Amino acid sequence: MVRLITHNLLACHAKGCTSNNFPLKFQDAQIALRESEFNPDFLRAFMPKLEWPALISSARELGDTSLPEQIPEMLDDDFLKTLHHVLFEIEVEEGIMICPNCSHNYAISNGIPNMLLAEHEIA
Amino acid sequence: MIPTPDLSHLKPADYDVVYEPAEDTFILLDALEQDADALKQRCPRICLEIGSGSGCVSAFLGSFLGPSEALYLCTDINSHACACSRATGDQNKIPLNLVNTSLAYPFLARLQNAVDIIVFNPPYVPTITDEAITAQHDRGIGGAWAGGEDGMEVTNIFLSRVAGLLSPGGRFYLVAVPRNNISAIQKRLRDEGQLNSEIVLHRRAGREHLSVVRFEKAL
Repeated sequence: MVRLITHNLLACHAKGCTSNNFPLKFQDAQIALRESEFNPDFLRAFMPKLEWPALISSARELGDTSLPEQIPEMLDDDFLKTLHHVLFEIEVEEGIMICPNCSHNYAISNGIPNMLLAEHEIA
Repeated sequence: MIPTPDLSHLKPADYDVVYEPAEDTFILLDALEQDADALKQRCPRICLEIGSGSGCVSAFLGSFLGPSEALYLCTDINSHACACSRATGDQNKIPLNLVNTSLAYPFLARLQNAVDIIVFNPPYVPTITDEAITAQHDRGIGGAWAGGEDGMEVTNIFLSRVAGLLSPGGRFYLVAVPRNNISAIQKRLRDEGQLNSEIVLHRRAGREHLSVVRFEKAL
């Protein structure tokens, strides 16, 4: 499954595609919702590693609008629970991730994103 | 003693297409177990395994660090291995996040200076170059061992990236054999990446002399 926390760390790596290659845009995504263990300490520590605008736009592509456009000043439990849900509990099982720059398509099948490139596409 | 992950869900047919945990896997588990307390103390948030195969090593790491304490990322060029790794994560209640790709390419842009623990049991067996290239190209089980000249052709590609990925204080665990020229690997990463290193475990298994080398980026 592709969770949004992982998706927030993936960029297109096709040959010559080095700018505007993130975030990959979801298309035809089929999602499953699965509960996972809430860990506020992890989330607080992970916040600086997130690209927030990318997370917001990707969550919206999957139909989730629960997170604010701006990171709130107070990271209270309500906010962290919402963040936890978006990062960990929305799982993309099938679909495509498309590079905003070169339009390369990366397929997700049975929850595994295929980010292999053909020989001529490797940087 | 940390138990070895439950792999009872994997069947002989899986091991026709995915590398079955063997002595080289177990020495890596033992090296991680030896460091378990030190690793826990560092509160690692991102762990990355290159070539996760059955998923045994990442599931083991998750079992002592805690399933929700870190994000567990795994890559493999073999799609069957990705499916097995995911299943091993589920079986052991450790969420493993799989990406079917070579080495760490799709993560390079976003994970500079960000990964706290990297583990790699690479294809270290010396073969002719063509065999290593074909094995990587075929994306099957051969990619788990065929290493080309000195067993280093795949590892070398990753070594040029590993220092950039590690967070300050981050650690990289690598399985190696003498033919890989371990002291040359250590020298290279010290010169190019300012990584200090140490052979943390050494063992003879049949005709293989296995080592685990631990590299560390300065804080």
